[in-house]
Amino acid sequence: MADSFSINEEMSGRRKFLVAATSVAGGIAGAAIATPFLLSMMPSERAKAAGAPVEVDISKLEPGMLLMVEWRGKVVWILNRTPEMLESLAKVEDQLADANSEKKQQPDYAKNRTRSIKPEFLVVEGVCTHLGCSPVFRKDIAPADLGSDWLGGFFCPCHGSKFDLAGRVYKHVPAPTNLVVPPHVYLSDSQLLIGSESEGSA
Amino acid sequence: MSNILNSMLAWVDKRFPLSSNWKAHLSEYYAPKNFNFWYFFGSLALLVLVNQLLTGIFLTMNYKPDASQAFASVEYIMRDVDYGWLIRYMHSTGASMFFVVVYLHMFRGMMYGSYRKPRELLWLIGMVIFFVLMSLAFTGYILPWGQMSYWGAQVIVSMFGAIPSIGETLQQWLLGDFTLSDAALNRFFAYHVVTLPLVLLVLVFVHILALHETGSNNPDGIEIKENKNPETGIPVDGIPFHPYYSVKDIVGVVVFLIVFCGIIFFAPEMGGYFLEYNNFIPANTLQTPDHIAPVWYFTPYYSMLRAVTVNFLGVDAKLWGVILMAGSVVVFCFLPWLDRSPVKSIRYKGPYFKIALTLFVISFFVLGWLGTKSPTPLYTLLAQIFTVIYFAFFVLMPWYSKIDKTKPEPKRLKE
Repeated sequence: MADSFSINEEMSGRRKFLVAATSVAGGIAGAAIATPFLLSMMPSERAKAAGAPVEVDISKLEPGMLLMVEWRGKVVWILNRTPEMLESLAKVEDQLADANSEKKQQPDYAKNRTRSIKPEFLVVEGVCTHLGCSPVFRKDIAPADLGSDWLGGFFCPCHGSKFDLAGRVYKHVPAPTNLVVPPHVYLSDSQLLIGSESEGSA
Repeated sequence: MSNILNSMLAWVDKRFPLSSNWKAHLSEYYAPKNFNFWYFFGSLALLVLVNQLLTGIFLTMNYKPDASQAFASVEYIMRDVDYGWLIRYMHSTGASMFFVVVYLHMFRGMMYGSYRKPRELLWLIGMVIFFVLMSLAFTGYILPWGQMSYWGAQVIVSMFGAIPSIGETLQQWLLGDFTLSDAALNRFFAYHVVTLPLVLLVLVFVHILALHETGSNNPDGIEIKENKNPETGIPVDGIPFHPYYSVKDIVGVVVFLIVFCGIIFFAPEMGGYFLEYNNFIPANTLQTPDHIAPVWYFTPYYSMLRAVTVNFLGVDAKLWGVILMAGSVVVFCFLPWLDRSPVKSIRYKGPYFKIALTLFVISFFVLGWLGTKSPTPLYTLLAQIFTVIYFAFFVLMPWYSKIDKTKPEPKRLKE
């Protein structure tokens, strides 16, 4: 029975060739017709066009407060860090996986200890680098659930990843890398532009 | 009257193999005579499938696969559509009950060695059905576009992003956007109501065809086909499926429907396990709920996903978690070749297999329970321990099943 499906010894060379050639041609035609269907599933032109930079007024952001804005469907956090918060960055460094931000999760102008342009203002995407949940801002010091050495930071409720107040990831958590710092630029002391690095393209 | 019916049947039989198929698959399909309680769940799975298809069709009449309208349309079904609440609860309860009966059906196969030769392919087809069922459950859970729909989908789709080099493009292809949005909801709806149900129906058909080719296994794990009546060619320990097992299955259906209706009418949310409280909040793309956990039937795998917290062998913890989670489901496919025991059924297997299976069931439940909890250092440690036990059941099986002290199989089925 299986013989009638496939190329076998009893077939003539000519028939074998024709069966193989027809199969190959059919396979190519199948791949060709699948292409437009598969490509139709990529982000559409409308989806690509969305995602313009957002301008944020940070003049009302008190020290210690977190502001959430939406950019390209993602949440971006702006945290105005207090002096105590900035001091904590150095203290937790031996517990971090990538304290010096070696992995490229930020523009070059944010590759420093505070991971920011202005030391007090942290601008990061609030998207866990593990599986995309949005971590919770936990500024309480040494809470029961996070341990006595917790000096404030971000905790992901989904899978327990921890980040410090510069969005740097702790060791031994599921998330592999620091939080992403999006491209941003200060238009003035109070105006921040997220999603662009130059004032002109706003 | 019966003459007219008989001649009508003869007319059909000349044009379509109706009587011959009825005989081959029902009235003259010989099943072992010793089926017990565990043999209800195959036909119950079929019943739940019909329930999901019927209720699903009626839900699509009022549901809107649009990120701005989906949540409200589900509430509309619940409040304003006549009996909409009933149809929706039948569908949501059916989803959970589908997994209950399928898990019991699979456990039956593991106890009695139903995956062993000559039923390897039958088992593999069943595993593909299980994968499709999981995809159906996942795509269906997204549709109400509540907080759990949104963040659950976010986590699952992000897993594809963990695949090296092609991950990011693959993720965009799956979502049809750079983030989880209306485009993804719309296409998951297409998968949930068209693609996956069609594939599932074909696979169930193929599963039954393969079953009827090899014949059913039984609690003794011996082949009834090896002992046929020389005159009739019928297995001496076999009885026709119809009427013997069709009647038995109806008893199972009645008991099942009592439980099913009890849940629909008195506990459709099942304390947050069948329908999670956070999913009664519309999706908020800016904030993950403080506590997120998948629906109960995915929690064992979810525990394993987050159990890995260290990088090793040059692969980071995130990818390991995804590999372990996928592996924990795929590993069932290898059972036919991992089991080296000379006997099939647990009735004749030795203490090692019984202990291993018990530990496996315990780890499945513990991991399932842990998956509903927030991760703490203690819970993560427990998840790591039980993940190891879970995989040890499979990985060590070639050894413990071979050296195990088995009992001799009988030649005929026990009464």
